[in-house]
Amino acid sequence: MSLLDYFKLSKPKTATLAKERLQILVAHERYYRNKPSYLPQLQEELMQVIRKYVQVDQDAISVKFEQDENQETLELNIVLPDTQSNSAREHIARDVF
Amino acid sequence: MARVVVVTSGKGGVGKTTTSAAIAMGLAKRGHKTAVIDFDVGLRNLDLIMGCERRVVYDFVNVINGEANLNQALIRDKNCNQLYILPASQTRDKDALSLEGVGRVLEELSKEFKYIVCDSPAGIERGAYLAMYYADDALVVTNPEVSSVRDSDRMLGILASKSRRAELAMDPIKEYLLLTRYDPSRVDSGEMLSLEDVQEILSLHLLGIIPESKSVLTASNAGVPVILDEKSDAGQAYADVVARYLGEKRPHRFIESKKGFLRKLFGGK
Repeated sequence: MSLLDYFKLSKPKTATLAKERLQILVAHERYYRNKPSYLPQLQEELMQVIRKYVQVDQDAISVKFEQDENQETLELNIVLPDTQSNSAREHIARDVF
Repeated sequence: MARVVVVTSGKGGVGKTTTSAAIAMGLAKRGHKTAVIDFDVGLRNLDLIMGCERRVVYDFVNVINGEANLNQALIRDKNCNQLYILPASQTRDKDALSLEGVGRVLEELSKEFKYIVCDSPAGIERGAYLAMYYADDALVVTNPEVSSVRDSDRMLGILASKSRRAELAMDPIKEYLLLTRYDPSRVDSGEMLSLEDVQEILSLHLLGIIPESKSVLTASNAGVPVILDEKSDAGQAYADVVARYLGEKRPHRFIESKKGFLRKLFGGK
């Protein structure tokens, strides 16, 4: 620590910014690196099919690919919106009467 | 058997050819018979950096196609008789190299040479793939800059999955980091990624740091590998890199900025 450091205004350092951006990006790219290459397209097409029936957001669907020594698993998780499930319930209720 | 070393990076302009020339010369100067191959078909430049551009008669593609034999195409370096250069073709396109053809040439070179340095083209296309495919060791040349670090990481993924060693489930390619164009004073002022920053992301075995140096340009102007400029910082840094690659222990240099007494006192950058 030098004398002048005490008087310096703390400016945001661009190198720190660079490192943070890289860490996020590289982690993301590494995640997809060892996955089957059809994964993004599969997610896209599943999305289209689901949207035919239920209006969901892009991030409501997650496709996870896991791999261990013995098996590969593909896990599909869809979160239905609240309003949609309510109106669906109403719909069913009406049918009953 | 020769050791095949690929000098790679993904990104262009980071110092692959400068490094290939320096490392090959360094290994040869230490008495190891070395061949350095330019894989950049269509954009050859290793000949220019090595200063043998006017002696190119036959090239890598000619040898693969059987239009010339290896001894006709190899150029003996004018500074060191243990070093030979195999230039790339300037007139063909990048599809002129075949995986099988490259394998054949490397195998033939292996009989006579101790080290084969493969100077990879930029990118992740065919030329870069062929340059790394048969490698035993990889020198990943990286600048302390976001796009270069990202591309290096991408290249590491390719080395680990697409190389011959990966395909045959052999021991993986040994990967080394070479951080080039490093400017310690800019690192100190927070404008440049530090060695630690880069290592936090890539976590590779560090072979050396080459400081940003005027001597790299003057060496390429003259067509003499910068390692022969023994007085220069970059030349010394490359000499250290060669020594470490051969198993010697040498402390890393050129990490600290040169500060005078007053600048130290006042924290000047």
